Amino acid sequence: MNYVKTNEVKTGKIKGEAVFLIERLLLYFFIVRSLCVTTSYLTVKALTKYIKRKFDADPHLRNVYVKGELSNVKIHTSGHIYFTIKDDKARISAVMFATQAKNLKFRPESGMNVLVQGDVTVYEGPGQYQIYAQVMQPDGIGELFVAFEQLKEKLAKEGLFQTSRKKQIPRFPQTIGVITATTGAAIRDIITTLSRRYPMAEVIVFPALVQGSAAAPSIVKALKQANAYADLDVCIVGRGGGSIEDLWAFNEEIVAREIANSNVPIISAIGHETDTTIADFVSDLRAPTPTAAAELAVPNQLELLQLVTNRKSQIVSIVTATLSNERKRLTRVMSAYPIAYPERLYRPFVENLTRISEQLEKNGRTIINQKQQLLIQHKARLTLQNPQRLVKQQQNELQVNIERLNVAAKKNIQIKGVLFSNVIQLLEALNPLKIMDRGYSITYQNNQVIKSIKEIDPNKPLHIKLQDGVIVASINSINKQSKGEST
Amino acid sequence: MTKTVVSFDQAIQELEEIVRQLEQGDVPLEDAISLYKKGMELSTVCHDKLHNAEKQLISLMDNNGDKVPFNSPEKEDSSK
Repeated sequence: MNYVKTNEVKTGKIKGEAVFLIERLLLYFFIVRSLCVTTSYLTVKALTKYIKRKFDADPHLRNVYVKGELSNVKIHTSGHIYFTIKDDKARISAVMFATQAKNLKFRPESGMNVLVQGDVTVYEGPGQYQIYAQVMQPDGIGELFVAFEQLKEKLAKEGLFQTSRKKQIPRFPQTIGVITATTGAAIRDIITTLSRRYPMAEVIVFPALVQGSAAAPSIVKALKQANAYADLDVCIVGRGGGSIEDLWAFNEEIVAREIANSNVPIISAIGHETDTTIADFVSDLRAPTPTAAAELAVPNQLELLQLVTNRKSQIVSIVTATLSNERKRLTRVMSAYPIAYPERLYRPFVENLTRISEQLEKNGRTIINQKQQLLIQHKARLTLQNPQRLVKQQQNELQVNIERLNVAAKKNIQIKGVLFSNVIQLLEALNPLKIMDRGYSITYQNNQVIKSIKEIDPNKPLHIKLQDGVIVASINSINKQSKGEST
Repeated sequence: MTKTVVSFDQAIQELEEIVRQLEQGDVPLEDAISLYKKGMELSTVCHDKLHNAEKQLISLMDNNGDKVPFNSPEKEDSSK
């Protein structure tokens, strides 16, 4: 039985070796059977052990790749998964232990096509051979899966998935577009969530088919409509869960490109959390479900109300604090030295003023005193120079002179009187009237003394004054006297 | 204040900005008071907008590109 331990088999010799093994096996069975008939029977356990060894020894039954459809999937509470892999011709039991099962990205379900990698061996109890799965992944996407990967790679190369391309989802949208089927869970979930969270916003539904061959063009048309509609702040594109085929429209290139070209920010919400489509990669924000999309699209109005209230009270408390701070500041400033004791500010000036005033007064008095003294001196000097004395002196002098003048004048008058009486005597002696006593007369014409005949107007009377009266005479003739003759 | 139509977005952004400015401190008293007034007005605007919107306006864009009223599936739910 040594040959069963032959583990190392070179691939080139596999076929020959296998034929050899089968031949040896058949031969061995014949021997056993003849032995049983004649000698003893094998226990079931021994036989099973033998068979198990055969399985374990076969390198072709290790690390086997099998594809098929899942059925009878049972997930044990321990985490082990028991299932059957089948195709239309055969089936094989399988188990995946919890250690490996926990690495699965999906939940195996009956009917799912899978690719399984594992070892085939015998489970001795029920006498079953089964595959112990190490790795399992979904199959059956087939071409779709390939198409998905190819488109994903192509669009990624074009940079359509880049974060820099992603548009910001507005915080407070006023108008929200929804592109999905008008019936079904998705639209209900979205609208229910939007109404619950943010009834402020207007919702416009752009109906689209989301399943089947017409879905992709229909979604594209709705996206165009949504972009043509003015004032749309954000748009949710999505549908509820389904198989990969159901969701396929969202993996189509025309849909992906339309989403990438959209001016309106797009939130994708396709299927369940585990479903990822190309649309999710190009959208500005991926939501795991339609409900989540609605939650991402809008804030919660009640929370906002709370936020506004909080902001309001924040403002009140900050401004109140500012006011109280400013008030404190004012108080502090008001109690500051110069304002609290303003007189201290000008006290030095007052003191200075007082000092200067005093000095001024003192100096002034000194000057006045000096000037007064000067005045007194001058007065004294002036008194000394008083003209009264001079006047008196002059008066005295005048008096003396007057007296002397009086004496002189009297003397003079006496002398003149004597002279006068002398003259009078002389004069009397010379008085013509005295001469008239001796017979002389004076002739007047027109009150003029006539001294010559030449002065006479013969037509006018003559007045001839005598000693005792006047004769008025008219002129008869005028005779010129010859020389040497007296009158 | 003259009633100008502001969107909720603008109003709450301004409100946030006012809170930010006030929180920064060293805002002169006069400014703080005018910010306060503006903040109160804005919070009232936001409050009113949030309060007044109780029922969502939902419409459907039909094939002709016309908006028609849309019966929310929510109603169907509530009738159940």
